[in-house]
Amino acid sequence: MTVSIKKDHKLADAFLSVTEGMQDLTLYSNLKKSAKDILADSGMPTLKNEEYKYTAISKRISDQITHLGTPSSISDLQHEVHARENLFQLEEGYTLVCNNGIFDERLSKIDPQVFQVESLKELKEEKAAQIGAVEKNESDPFTALNSLLFLDGLRIDIPEGKIIEKPLMLVNFVKPDQKGSCIHPRVFIHVGKNAQLTLIEQTIYLGEDPVFVNSVTEWMVGQNAHVRNYKLQNGHKNDLVVSNTRSEIHQDASFTSIVLSLEGGMIRNNLSLDLKASKCEGNMYGLYLLNGKTHVDNHTNVDHTKPHSESNELYKGILADQSRGVFNGKIFVRQDAQKTNAFQQNNNILLSEDATINTKPQLEIWADDVKCSHGCTTGQLDEEALFYLRARGIGKDAAKAFLLHAFAGEVLDQLKDEGFKEYCEKVVHARLGGNY
Amino acid sequence: MSKDNEILEEFTSKEYEHGWSVDYEADEAPIGLTEDTIRWISSKKEEPKWLLDWRLKAFRHWETMEEPSWPNVSYPKIDYQALRYYSAPKQKSKPSNINEVDPELLKIYDRLGISLNEQKRLQGIAVDAVLDSVSVGTTFKDTLSKLGVIFCSFSEAVKEHPDLVKKYLGSVVPSTDNYFAALNSAVFSDGSFCYIPKGVRCPMELSTYFRINAANTGQFERTLIIAEDKSYVSYLEGCTAPQRDENQLHAAVVEIYAAENAQVKYSTVQNWYPGDKNGKGGIYNFVTKRGICAGNHSKISWTQVETGSAVTWKYPSCILKGDNSVGEFYSVAVTNNYQQADTGTKMIHIGKNTRSRIVSKGISAGKSQNSYRGQVQVMKRATNARNFSQCDSLLMGDRCGAHTFPYIDIHNSSAKVEHEATTSKIGEDQIFYCNQRGINSEDAVALIVNGYAKEVLNQLPMEFAVEAQKLLALTLEGSVG
Repeated sequence: MTVSIKKDHKLADAFLSVTEGMQDLTLYSNLKKSAKDILADSGMPTLKNEEYKYTAISKRISDQITHLGTPSSISDLQHEVHARENLFQLEEGYTLVCNNGIFDERLSKIDPQVFQVESLKELKEEKAAQIGAVEKNESDPFTALNSLLFLDGLRIDIPEGKIIEKPLMLVNFVKPDQKGSCIHPRVFIHVGKNAQLTLIEQTIYLGEDPVFVNSVTEWMVGQNAHVRNYKLQNGHKNDLVVSNTRSEIHQDASFTSIVLSLEGGMIRNNLSLDLKASKCEGNMYGLYLLNGKTHVDNHTNVDHTKPHSESNELYKGILADQSRGVFNGKIFVRQDAQKTNAFQQNNNILLSEDATINTKPQLEIWADDVKCSHGCTTGQLDEEALFYLRARGIGKDAAKAFLLHAFAGEVLDQLKDEGFKEYCEKVVHARLGGNY
Repeated sequence: MSKDNEILEEFTSKEYEHGWSVDYEADEAPIGLTEDTIRWISSKKEEPKWLLDWRLKAFRHWETMEEPSWPNVSYPKIDYQALRYYSAPKQKSKPSNINEVDPELLKIYDRLGISLNEQKRLQGIAVDAVLDSVSVGTTFKDTLSKLGVIFCSFSEAVKEHPDLVKKYLGSVVPSTDNYFAALNSAVFSDGSFCYIPKGVRCPMELSTYFRINAANTGQFERTLIIAEDKSYVSYLEGCTAPQRDENQLHAAVVEIYAAENAQVKYSTVQNWYPGDKNGKGGIYNFVTKRGICAGNHSKISWTQVETGSAVTWKYPSCILKGDNSVGEFYSVAVTNNYQQADTGTKMIHIGKNTRSRIVSKGISAGKSQNSYRGQVQVMKRATNARNFSQCDSLLMGDRCGAHTFPYIDIHNSSAKVEHEATTSKIGEDQIFYCNQRGINSEDAVALIVNGYAKEVLNQLPMEFAVEAQKLLALTLEGSVG
């Protein structure tokens, strides 16, 4: 026990030493200072930490990542972007390209008439002050780590009343090099009153070298604004990912998050929705299809603070081989939040003897006039449904794929952007029809 | 709505019925806890050396441990050195059967409605009555011993059946298991011991009734139930305490061992003093209860109705080790005023085809906090394990809280595990519906709550079910809101 604690202070110290010789971002000196204090004090989380009970990500970082520094920018990115143009329908809508976490305006496709994108380094002081105000350093050690080590990032401002119909795609190209294997992307998005936006996030890994991507995305969703946020995690077996997303949702606004985790080494998603006012809505959907030794941990948190708000949550997982899924969903209903409706569901299918699932659907209710429920199931494919299909001449594997696809379909149906949905369905279909 | 509130208010403010205390001459250990205290208790009880060593080992381990802080409860820090760890009513001579017990002590139990007088009992329930630290008497001992059933106080078992005690003591809850179990192992004073031999179906309900009387005294009892192959026993536990301003500590351990085809049913109606309306006083109920289904086809069933205690910290668990074994947990936990309860269960599936079922109903009123914390764990070799959990919370009033912390850990693909939870309040429309049919609001609340808890109350033996229903109504009196 004492050994592991020691070790992770070691990791925190190692990360702290990375800051030496780093260029100074005076604009964020307070944020970085508080992050430094937190890390020096608490270290990186171990399995002893309740929130990281099943996910030994600090250990994996210590074991697999040799260079804790940040890599320099990828030189021939233009070529890579062009190579993938068709694959991700980049020609539709807007594209923001990041090069190892740093915004690359040249390769991006944006329209300053529609929305504003700025690099964090160039922000005016009052805008810069909002960075770290939504997702605070105290909330998670990895957030603090990101605050400490981000070199740059971007801020997107959607003006009041602007309804952006085409999706915005944020693509981060990642490639470790001699200088380091850790990338800390930082994004802040402000959606003005009555505005609407669909954001698709992906990370493209160039090569399969071990890499650690620790991102923080902060959302400020104004009154009556509506946001849909899709995230596709489809990396390789050597990537370690921590993704912290927090959204502050104001009156009459809605925020819908859909996370698809298909491939990776170890993925930890922290998703928090703060429903700050009444009549707002938060939706969280997730699908994880795991094989090999992939480990995916979804921690979600909805905080109902005012009356008449609603939240829905559905996470589904299919686990094969020696994979491991962790789900921890927390619904928090504060005393003022009367007439809250909150629903949460987590369903898992285990396909192999060695797969593991740890799930903890958690309710904390402090108001009485609420309707809250959660359910969670773990099992296998329904034998009778399989038999039904096979009796009609469908082969065993095809029948299985059929049922699994139907199981996953419930989450995929939540994707409202046709182009992206088609793409995801193709990827999922290929996986489910394959080696399961 | 305000009318609603009034009714709930009235309904939840009923006073505690068993708040009186009696003065009697007592044998007491000096205040404080050191190795000497343990030696004192051990010598007082004329225990063999192995037991003293076992206690001391637990104590030394306890000293290295920290009080758990993870439960969702808060209470002022307990000063373990300010407590008395042993208090026993002085009896002139050791009674050989219940008729020789000091009539003054029997009166205490009569007043609680627990008659220890065998002739007067209509129903066959054997009772072991524990007052503060010791057992004052056990009824129906002779009838039971004819069948080979051993039912006596723990101290008696240590003297008369040392082999059994030595074999099973700490086999389910090791002395180092957790903070309160370690404390209990070091200082436990008495409790009940129960042994059902092979193939015997215990003809009557066995029951222990715990009463804390002395002030500033912790109660640390230990119950050990052993059910041999193909045996059956139903065991009841009841408890009350006087109304005192200080908080009192109750840290008990219950161990159940079920061999092949054995069935054990353990029911608790917990009614410790919950503190007054302002949250002053009350019992801290920190209890470790665990059963092991060691043999194939065995079954352990926990039923609990938790209405008392200022703070409850209790997770009756089942280790399903034998193939095809079954674990059940039925619970109604009611909290009112400033009570806090963090309770639930653990189902550890180790054997094949093991099944477990969890039904937990929480009711919170006043300013209380009610948490369900449970774990369902399916180990790798537990093929075809099946679990169903349901935990519902009912909130009465807008200042109370209901929380659910279910942990579900599955390491086997053939497991089928389901969990569902809901939180709601008593609807105005439901009360209105009853009112329309001539049922006043207070009765309507009792009706709805009883209906809500029915699934659990049905599991209780008949006499207890009646008591539990009354208790539910009492605890909630004045809470309609």
